[in-house]
This record gives sequence, structure tokens and C-alpha cells, in this order.
Amino acid sequence: MERQTAAGADLQSIPALLARNAATWGALPAYREKEFGIWQSWTWAETQAEVRAMALGFLTLGMERGDHVAIIGRNRPSLYWSMIAAQMCGAVPVPLYQDAVAEEMAYVLDHCGARFVVTGDQEQVDKVLEVQDRLPGIRHIVYLDKRGMRKYDHSRMNALADVAAEGRAAHHRVGAELDRRIGELTFDHPCVMLYTSGTTGKPKGVVLSNRNIIVTSKNSSEFDRLTHSDEVLAYLPMAWVGDFIFSIGQAMWTGFTVNCPENAATMMTDLREIGPTYFFAPPRVFEGQLTNVMIRMEDAGRIKKRMFDHFMAVARRVGPAILDGKPVSWVDRLRYRLGDIMVYGPLKNTLGYSRIRVGYTAGEAIGPEIFDFYRALGINLKQLYGQTEASVFITQQPDGEVRSDTVGVPSPGVEVRIAESGEVFYRSPGTFVEYFKNPESTASTKDAEGWVATGDAGFFEEGTGHLRIIDRAKDVGRMADGRLFAPKYVENKLKFYPNILEAVVFGSGRDMCTAFINIDLAAVGNWAERNNIAYASYQELAGHPKVYEMIQGHVEEVNRSVAADPMLAGCQIHRFLILHKELDADDGELTRTRKVRRNIIAEKFADLIEALYTGKDQIYTETEVTYEDGRKGFIKATLTIRDAAVVADEQRMAAE
Amino acid sequence: MKDMTEGYTTADGRRIGPVLMEMKNITLRFGGVKAITDISFDIREGEIRAIIGPNGAGKSSMLNVISGFYVPQEGEVWFKGYRRGPMRPYQVARLGISRTFQNIALFDGMSVLDNIMTGRLTLMKSGLLNQALWWGRAEREETEHREKVEKIIDFLEIQAIRKTPVGRLPYGLKKRVELARALAAEPKLLLLDEPMAGMNVEEKEDMSRFILDVNDEFGTTIVLIEHDMGVVMDLSDRVVVMDYGKKIGDGTPDEVRSNPDVINAYLGVAHD
Repeated sequence: MERQTAAGADLQSIPALLARNAATWGALPAYREKEFGIWQSWTWAETQAEVRAMALGFLTLGMERGDHVAIIGRNRPSLYWSMIAAQMCGAVPVPLYQDAVAEEMAYVLDHCGARFVVTGDQEQVDKVLEVQDRLPGIRHIVYLDKRGMRKYDHSRMNALADVAAEGRAAHHRVGAELDRRIGELTFDHPCVMLYTSGTTGKPKGVVLSNRNIIVTSKNSSEFDRLTHSDEVLAYLPMAWVGDFIFSIGQAMWTGFTVNCPENAATMMTDLREIGPTYFFAPPRVFEGQLTNVMIRMEDAGRIKKRMFDHFMAVARRVGPAILDGKPVSWVDRLRYRLGDIMVYGPLKNTLGYSRIRVGYTAGEAIGPEIFDFYRALGINLKQLYGQTEASVFITQQPDGEVRSDTVGVPSPGVEVRIAESGEVFYRSPGTFVEYFKNPESTASTKDAEGWVATGDAGFFEEGTGHLRIIDRAKDVGRMADGRLFAPKYVENKLKFYPNILEAVVFGSGRDMCTAFINIDLAAVGNWAERNNIAYASYQELAGHPKVYEMIQGHVEEVNRSVAADPMLAGCQIHRFLILHKELDADDGELTRTRKVRRNIIAEKFADLIEALYTGKDQIYTETEVTYEDGRKGFIKATLTIRDAAVVADEQRMAAE
Repeated sequence: MKDMTEGYTTADGRRIGPVLMEMKNITLRFGGVKAITDISFDIREGEIRAIIGPNGAGKSSMLNVISGFYVPQEGEVWFKGYRRGPMRPYQVARLGISRTFQNIALFDGMSVLDNIMTGRLTLMKSGLLNQALWWGRAEREETEHREKVEKIIDFLEIQAIRKTPVGRLPYGLKKRVELARALAAEPKLLLLDEPMAGMNVEEKEDMSRFILDVNDEFGTTIVLIEHDMGVVMDLSDRVVVMDYGKKIGDGTPDEVRSNPDVINAYLGVAHD
């Protein structure tokens, strides 16, 4: 293609791609945002003009080459543009998680030495101001939403719209300087810096170059044949590498339209209205939607329910095969077609998935029945495996080779090898430049030949060449008697039950495995309602004997399934308890991407773990919790501990 | 007390204007029961003015006198420099006064959007026939009003429930919708009857922020009744304290807090 050859020469930065898009697809929509109940849209030409005005404005504020510009807010076109505007000035955008509390932000702002902060609204400005006295480097705060900002001291603060207006006015004065800076940008300049959520220790700043982002975007767009007529919904945190690749990298490379929801709460409605053709969601979104569908079907009339059950059975049987283009009898095809008219079509429309051509899920393992449900409906949902350091893509599933238990084959341009320890290594054009101001970590993660340790243990499946991930390499441990301990493997099996939201399994260096369980309030609450179980709070429901019985059933089923694999049979859960609070990122128990922080949990709930291993059947505990506004409080509870049945010959072995 | 003839500037730099409404020696009776006895105070432009007091102190009656719903037997109500006589509700609305209720009074079967649109009823000019035919002016007008309403929806962050019937909403959100409807009338004076009653800490914080933002963005004068002392003291510029139908204090939150009568009314008199 013409575009590809051009890529080597002059399309070496996001601003260059933006200029090309404005020239090629000037009148086509680039970004949309729902505001005041209406979808507002901006063409590529308008986007280009807007970004340029912002960049000129940044220059008048004194933005220098190499400055770090923190971006904090929800997905809004203007915030994406401010990132590109910063790149035009030769600066490096650093998007942060908007729900981080001020303290967490202070660390990142200090570490990257941010000189400019672009924020979404007053809430974010307040957080920055709260820690500003410790951050003398911050020179100017720019905000998007003017609401509530009038009384603030504006000597070092300005609205983004006003910055852009000043930029337009200063066009003659700084225009030439801006063009010079845009012209300097090459593949080797940093494109963005993203802080990893840090399952361990402090977050690290991953520097990704223009080469990383653009080549990865190009390869992955071609892999799924994305074009400028595709539509995506930008709703995942801007600080997450995936959002940067989808909403900036691939959007700029292919020229597709990025749609921003009205706010976080309207995401589902907006999804339905937009009907994206290319969609990414973490497993919990798909899980949540499936739970909602099932709950609503429980309340549906008898005829509707029978129709749904009948056609879903047909879909589960033949749907995935039809999607993969495998041979299916014409009778089944006809049945499926009928089901599509009666059930699947309307259902997909309700979910907002009518137009999906390519859908991805990643981040956590997805339950096989959840995955199959969407595949059965004819939604091309696939899995990918990636990380920030790889500019997302390490492996992904090609169309027609999709299964719930693998993460696919190496992405185009990516080499993958498995070390003797079982750890997965990769090398690719998307491999990050370095951890900012952290040469030791860079050296320990990326070797001289460019191979990067993922920290995950896995293996290539024989025959198909698909990669399977078992667990975090450091979490795969040994039990006291030397048997393999893979907590995540068991936790994922537990979490596939809709009633279980989170599970944390312990057992490294111990003689048996135990678990904390978090119930899913939506699913268990609904179940309680149907079974006339009254409860006043999460805590009360979590401690209810009937809930314990139900969870015990799940745990024992998991034990049977775990016991089937001789290598992992030691991981059966002998004792468990249901936690009295939801694990929460605000309390440091989960990362912002909702991954369990094992060490912190082990430390915080040490009394509970001890109780699990000392044979008590009740334990009183007090837990500190942090409210949304940063205040702290205590929850007191007496928790019950239950024994779960394990497969018999296992017990004998454990006793020996 | 400060000299306030021509208004004053608050600690956070807001400019408070001249007197908007003045209550002079108001007495209100229901049969033989005196709900309000000889109360006088003023409300200034741009001010957040709170009325507090224990249960049965006559706060809601006072708010009803301000709104013109009750006509006091004695005393005078002056609004924008004119003495106000008895009025019908639509006349009150046209004067630029709107309110929310202690017990939410929304149309349960209608969507949030439609409920808020009713707040603009007095501002609509096209006639019944015109609206029924949905042509020309009526259509243009509805678009304009919808735009105003959408700005309020955005302001109060209730986009997600725009199309939801009000009856299905939780209590805290209903309160917010009621505030939205009151705002839709573009009031000069906004009366809030216990806007935070029955809310949890987080909902209270949200509501406080909205009240401050309304006052700041639109310059709306706000009179509110509230039980939560913390909220009142943080939000208001000046506070009237009532007890058994009488005024026992009036001034800034600090002045009121240190007023011995107020302390007695709230904490009881020490017996030792």
C-alpha cells in the first residue's frame, strides 16, 4: 500500500499522521462526544485546526521540548487533542488515572517532573492544588470544564478553550516555531509516557516512542483489517496503554472515528447509540452485561423465556462454528438464522453490539461460558495478551482460531519465547524505550538484545501454537510439600461464578490452600431477593449462612475441577471465608485496573489468614476503609470460616 | 454586625448585593395557633441564606410565607422594592421564585427530562393549539427550551437518567431532579426545603456542591431550610435561627454559633 511506504519517510509522529488524515479525510468525522444530549462531532480538518490552536496556546505558555504534560480526566476529545498538541510542542504527554487520590497523583507528578497539568474539571484541579506545594515544577494548570472555577486564583491557571484562543491570536508570533518543532519529530522521539498500575511497589513510567506506537498501531490495524470507516467507543481510562493505542494510535493510523461517552454512567446507553464496529472491554464488562441479561430474562414472561432458552441452546451449539466458518448443516444454519431474527439480533441491538466486527477482551481471564455466550450470538469476540511495555500487543487471536483458554498467536512483528522457568519473554517493535528515571528496573526487565520479561508464566500449546498463560511468574510458588501453587488459576475458576466477584487464594509455603471470597452484590442480591432472604447491608449479606452454603458449593465444584489436573491438584481450597467488604482500589487492595494486590491484602488481613490456618471457625476483625473523598473509617465484623470438601485422595496426600 | 446597606463581600470574595426581599414583623396564625410570631429579616441578592431551628420551629411556614403560599395575618413582605400582596402560584413563578419540597413533589410517571421541562412552562409563549399542532413557533420554542434543560442536566450531572421515569429513581436522585426543575424556571430566588434530608454523606456533599455552584454560576439567591448543622454552617452566608415561631438569632454562621440563645435552643440549658 502507498501509505506503508510513506510511513518510513514522513509519517513518524502522531502530529504528522493527524496532518495526513486532515488532508485525506478532511470532511469525515474524527471525534464525537455526546454533550447536552446530542452527539457533537468534529471532522479531521476541524480536529487538526483545534489541536494546532491548542499547541500554539501551549507555546505561548512557555512549553518546552521534553517537558512532561500530565493529562487527568475522563475520555473527552479535547483531552486527547491536548496530548497531540503537547507532542507538537515537542513535549511528552503523561495521562494519569483520574480516579487516583491526590497522594497517588503527587507521586507521579513529582516523578515525571510535570511542568503542565491539563485537567478535565474542578475535581481534578482541586487534587492537583492539594499537593501543589510539594511540586514546585508545575508551572501551569489548564482545565477543560469551567464550572466552579471562577473563584480560583488564575495567575498560573487557565481554561483550555482560552489557551486555544490565545494560541490562535498568537499564530503569527509562534506559528513558525510550532512548525519547526513538529518538523523535528522522528520515530525516536518519545510519544507518550504511561505509568504502570504497579501490582508491586511504586508505579513506573514507561516511555513509548513514536516508533513503538505507530508501528504497533499499523501492524495491529492490518491484522484486523481496520479502516477509516470503523467506529470505537473511548471509555476506558486514558492512562491505560490500550486506550492510547485504540483512541490515538490506531485512530490516527487508520483514521477511524473515536466516540466519547457523555459521562461514565451513560456508557451503556452511548454504546447502544453508537454501535461500535471495533470494541475493547475487560472481561468484567462482558460479565456484567451477561449477568444483567440473565437477571432480566429471569423476570421475563414465560413465552419469551422459553424462546430465549431454546434459541440460546441452538446458538451455543452452532453459533461459534458458524462464526469461525466451519461446516454446519443447512438445518442448523436455518435454525440459527431464525434465532437471529427472533433473539440474537434484538439482543445484540440492546447490548450495542449489532455492528461489531472485531471485539477484544484482555487483562484477566474470561469465563468460558461468558466468552462462548458472546461468540454464540455471532459477536467476533477475541482475546489478546499484552502489557504497557509492549505497546499492548504480544499475542492475539486471529479470526477463526478463537478459544477461551488461550491468548492467541504472537502478534505481527512480535517474537515470543518461553524461558526455562516458564516465564514468557517477547521482543517487538513496540518494546518500550525505558522506565523513566529508573535504569535498574529497565535493565532487569529488558535485556541487551531487547527481550522483555513479562512476569507471566505460560506455555505454547502443542499443535495450535497458541499461548496459554497460567499465572504471574512470581505468584507461581510451591507449597510446603513442594507441589505447584498457582493461585490465579484457581481464583479465575472461582471468579467464573457470577456470584463471586473476587477471590484471593493463599497457600505458598503452606500445607494447604485457603481463600478469601468477595461476593458480587448484584448477582447475590438478586438471588437473595428471589429466595426471600432479607439483608440490610453488604456485610450482612456476605455473612448470611445461606450465602455461605451457596459459595461452599462453588468452592467444592472448583476443587473437583482443579483435582482433575494432577499438576495443580494441590491447589484445592480446604478452608475459606467471605470477606465483609469489597476489595477496593481506594484501600490499596486492588490496582486501578482491578488486579488483586496480594502482598497488601496478606498484610492487611493477616489476622484473617492466621485464623484460616489455625482451625478457628469464627474471627472478629476491624478493617480500615477509605471513602471516596479520602476520609478513613473502620468496619467491624465477625467472620465465619468454613471447611470445603476436597477430593479424597488429595486429602490423604496432604496428610502424609 | 457589618454595615450592610449596600451589600457586602464574603470571605471567599463573592459580592453580595442589596436587599432582594424583606420580611417585616411577620406573624402567621392557623386558627388560634401562632406558627410565626413577629419575625423580621432580609434576604440579599446573591446570598445563601439559611433558616434553621428545631422541629416545629416554623421554618417551613416561613418558607411558605416567602413563596407567597401563606399570607401572614400581620406584617409585610417586600420584594424587589415593592410590597407584595396575595398572589396566585403562577404569579409567584413569574416573579422569579421557585422552590423544592421537603417531600419530593415530582410527576412520578414522567421522565426526568419531561419533569424538568415542566419547570419552563411559565416561560413558554406558544399557545395550546400551536403546541398541539407542533408547527413553527412551538417547535422552535421547544428546541430552545430543551437546550436550556440539557444545560441544567449537564450541570447537575444527571445525564444517565435523562429518559428514566422519576418513579424508578432513588431518593437522592429525585431530590436532584427536583432541584433541576426549580432551576429550569431560571429563578432569581430559589427556595430549598431541606434539600439534604435523608441523604448519606456522599449525597450531601454532592448536593452542597451543586447549591454552591448554582449560586456561583447563575448568581441565584438561595434560601434554604436544613437540619444538618455542619452543612448549614459551611454553605450559608447568613443564618436566621427560629424557635417556637420566634426569631432567636440572625447573622453569619460564626455569630449564630456563639449566640447563647441558639446554643440553649439546640443543646438545652445546663442544669447543675
